[in-house]
Amino acid sequence: MTVTLAAVAATLFGVGTYLLLQRKLSRMIIGLGLLTHGANILLITAGRRGRPPLIGRGDPPSFADPLPQALALTAIVITFGVTSLLLALAYRSWLLTSDDDVQDDLADRAVAGREAVAEEVADQREVVAGEEPP
Amino acid sequence: MTWLVPVPVVLPLVGAGVSILVGRSRVAQRVVGIVILSALVAVAVALVVLVDRDGTKVAEAGGWAAPMGIVLVADRLSAVLVLVAEIILLAVLVYAIGEPTTERNHVGFQSAYLVLAAGVAASFLTGDLFNLFVAFEMMLTASYVLLTLGGRRDQVRSGMTYIVISLMASTLFVTALALLYSATGTVNMAQLAERMAQLPTGVQTAFAVLLLIVFGIKAAIFPLFFWLPDAYPTAPSPITAVFAGLLTKVGVYAIIRTQLVLFPAAARPATLLLVTAAITMVVGVLGALAQDDIKRILSFTIVSQIGYMVMGLGFFTTAGVAAVVYSLVHHIIVKTALFLVGGVIDHATGTSRLSRLGDMIRTAPWLAALFLIAALGLAGVPPLSGFISKYALVDAGVASRHYAVVGVSLVVSLLTLFSMIRIWSAVFWSPAEAAAETGMAGHPSRGTPAAMIAPTVALVVGSLGIAIAAGPIYAFSQRTARDLLDRSSYIGAVTRP
Repeated sequence: MTVTLAAVAATLFGVGTYLLLQRKLSRMIIGLGLLTHGANILLITAGRRGRPPLIGRGDPPSFADPLPQALALTAIVITFGVTSLLLALAYRSWLLTSDDDVQDDLADRAVAGREAVAEEVADQREVVAGEEPP
Repeated sequence: MTWLVPVPVVLPLVGAGVSILVGRSRVAQRVVGIVILSALVAVAVALVVLVDRDGTKVAEAGGWAAPMGIVLVADRLSAVLVLVAEIILLAVLVYAIGEPTTERNHVGFQSAYLVLAAGVAASFLTGDLFNLFVAFEMMLTASYVLLTLGGRRDQVRSGMTYIVISLMASTLFVTALALLYSATGTVNMAQLAERMAQLPTGVQTAFAVLLLIVFGIKAAIFPLFFWLPDAYPTAPSPITAVFAGLLTKVGVYAIIRTQLVLFPAAARPATLLLVTAAITMVVGVLGALAQDDIKRILSFTIVSQIGYMVMGLGFFTTAGVAAVVYSLVHHIIVKTALFLVGGVIDHATGTSRLSRLGDMIRTAPWLAALFLIAALGLAGVPPLSGFISKYALVDAGVASRHYAVVGVSLVVSLLTLFSMIRIWSAVFWSPAEAAAETGMAGHPSRGTPAAMIAPTVALVVGSLGIAIAAGPIYAFSQRTARDLLDRSSYIGAVTRP
């Protein structure tokens, strides 16, 4: 059982990481969802397995460890909230750009643009220099 | 007086709710925000005095003792950081009320801001590693909302990056918690510290590095800093100021707390910390030199300054940690002050690009003086607070014979001075003709509301204050450092019989 859960967690981490590295926002959000599921399953695996922890239904040593389950629940609720915010922002981004891609940073693009322009100018100079008869 | 400990967490959360209820009246919202944050400054002063006199205070939620219940712990480090945080939050709230765009246009601003205050205080006060995750999320979720208020295209773009990075770090944090729990069977920090000793040293170091990565993303240390200079400058000025002052420092606090309390000396990754500190300092300041926008320059210098704090921690000596505590206080105040001055410049001229600004010494000489004091303070020119912080760090480094990293820090200090003077001379000293000729000057100067100037002046004066009162503050920092390195005082206070 633990091996199965570990394998599931590993798969979720792998697929989640792959999707997170994509350029499309929707895939990134699904990837984050899978990653957090992987982390939650790992959290549940951390506790002892056993019977439902209800007082009066069997002896405490046979109980499952309830703490990791409570922690996982908290983590799920938090990720749910943040993911909805992320989806709202992704929708906003789609409204503004009518595109699902993550935009390049403006300042980065300005720096890259500066280099591209410089190269273009240099190329043109070379062309002009080549055309000029001696 | 342990009932004071949960107040900085509970009161702003109640305030956030009330603020939504009175959302129709902007005046009522402002009264709620200012009254609550002023009350919290008073509570935090009381906490610092009490904790310094009587030792660590522990508040147990619901009266359940430490390993079972969730505890809030106020030791010297937590108390002093809560105090500085509340002062900054109050100052920036007044500034935001004065600023004509941010707070006025968004009903949710005040409540998100109060949730942020609660999250920051909870991060400093919690004695439970899982609760630290919850506190981080509280703070971060509020920060996501504040960062993307307005929903402009560049805000949405950089907000997405920021949220995805933060959520990624949080997922890693949950993973680390799962592994820690399965190895030790607890998430209470004091109990973790006790049980950590039974694990093999290799496993301890693995946990130390995993937690360092998790908090390194939040604190923006190399190579995990790249999101910060993109995300921070797009927010409105007051929000950038409070993020710059507080959020990364919460990450640094978490690094200090986890490395010092959870792990015995043998398991701490000291060399790794010193190497990343050196690279963080250098990369941050070089990034700052390459930028043209005031907010982006200041954002890169945050990264550089975080390097100094990580360096001080990496020495793992009383002097080093004491210097970090002093640096934290100094940096939170000075950095916020610098961003506030940057915001005033932006407000007065309509731009924060160096190439479009100039000659402001004629129109706003007092602003030039404020910026100069804060900038020289950040760079570490004597007799300002940055000098004391850097002198203490360098002194601690030389005493523990880490000459290479100390040398790097001195060079970076010089470059920081250069980057600060670059802003000052471009904005205030250089002629404005160049900007006017290209036709790129912002709209003509306009008056600045008193509510924007007052908190800026207060913080700059505060930064002078911590330089003048450096003796008592440094003595307090040394007591804090002794507490932290002595682990048993923290563990003893939480798990007392």
